[in-house]
Amino acid sequence: MREMVKMVIVLTVLSSLSGGLLAALKNNTQDRIDSQVLTFVKGPAIENILEGANNDPVNDRFSLKVEGEEEERNFFVGVYDGNPKAVAFETRASGYGGDMGVMVAFNVESEEIMGVSVTTHNETPGVGATVETDTNFKNQFAGLPADAEPRVKGDGGSINAMSGATITSRAVCKAVSRATDLYQQLQSQIKDKVKTFTG
Amino acid sequence: MAKTIGQEFVKGLWEEIPPFRLVLGLCPTLAVTKSVENGIGMGLATTFVLVCANLLVSILSGIIPSKIRIACFIIIIATFVTVVELMMQAYAYQLFQNLGIFIPLIVVNCIVLGRAEAFASKNKVIPSFADGLGIGVGFTLSLTAISAVRECLGNGTLLGYSIFGPAFEPFSFMVEAPGAFICLGLLLCIMNLVGQK
Repeated sequence: MREMVKMVIVLTVLSSLSGGLLAALKNNTQDRIDSQVLTFVKGPAIENILEGANNDPVNDRFSLKVEGEEEERNFFVGVYDGNPKAVAFETRASGYGGDMGVMVAFNVESEEIMGVSVTTHNETPGVGATVETDTNFKNQFAGLPADAEPRVKGDGGSINAMSGATITSRAVCKAVSRATDLYQQLQSQIKDKVKTFTG
Repeated sequence: MAKTIGQEFVKGLWEEIPPFRLVLGLCPTLAVTKSVENGIGMGLATTFVLVCANLLVSILSGIIPSKIRIACFIIIIATFVTVVELMMQAYAYQLFQNLGIFIPLIVVNCIVLGRAEAFASKNKVIPSFADGLGIGVGFTLSLTAISAVRECLGNGTLLGYSIFGPAFEPFSFMVEAPGAFICLGLLLCIMNLVGQK
């Protein structure tokens, strides 16, 4: 009996100490980790689609509360020739290998999609994973109106799917549709916020 | 113990060097040694976990009941692994991206649990520290050696710097999984040849 009690005490104390230590460490490193993720995961995608911006879109960001979501979303602003006209944000959709993150940029003046770029994915290497580099596929989204709901040709839309990777292509379309929905929903708030950034 | 602190440290560098002599921890050895940078990063992460786990296990060995010792060791090891994971995410994110799943997998690296069980739980704090450091440094050296051969032949670079010039056709087989086995086997063969004398 005494041995039993001792085992329970030792394990409980050890686990609580470990849990406490890790929780404290997690709290202290959270901000730094977030900024690392911004730089290394989202940063390249943002720079890719907001190419030519005079500011640093990764730093010039604001966040907005979206209805039905707990955490605020980040919006990245691109300033061109002193004119803040581009905004980019990330939406997610389910691809062939799970969750996929797509960064979509909008031109707030002409109400068009400026470009899309994939941030995180688990697609099959050599097939769906080519979405990272396939600019022909991604360029099809540029210039679509900001309320478009793009679909691949097989689903009655106008987007040419990447060969052999229909599910991945569909996921990108889905994520872009979610982005246009969100853009329509938050349009006025986004426009107000974007104006406050100047080159 | 007949061995001195120095001997405890040095044995990890040749006599019991992992993964060649203690044939443990092969999974990270084979998987992450595609480039020297990854090899060194993985080695250092494992060294940190080994040293800390050995220290704590030897301090607590009087308190931990023997029936649940493995569970306690795993808690200790997992804690340090998570520390490494968080720190790496915060300060060396690219390395973290390269090593990926293999950082959390240090928890189940047999070298770490093996040293805790076979050495630290039966020895005093200072020899345990020396043992952990020795094995860790040995592991780092091994990974560096394997990854240097693989990166050189497979990619024509060393730590990212080109060494054979642009005319070199990379022997890409070496950075694939079979190349890891062959490289490990050849290095072990060389070690045995040298050791026979």
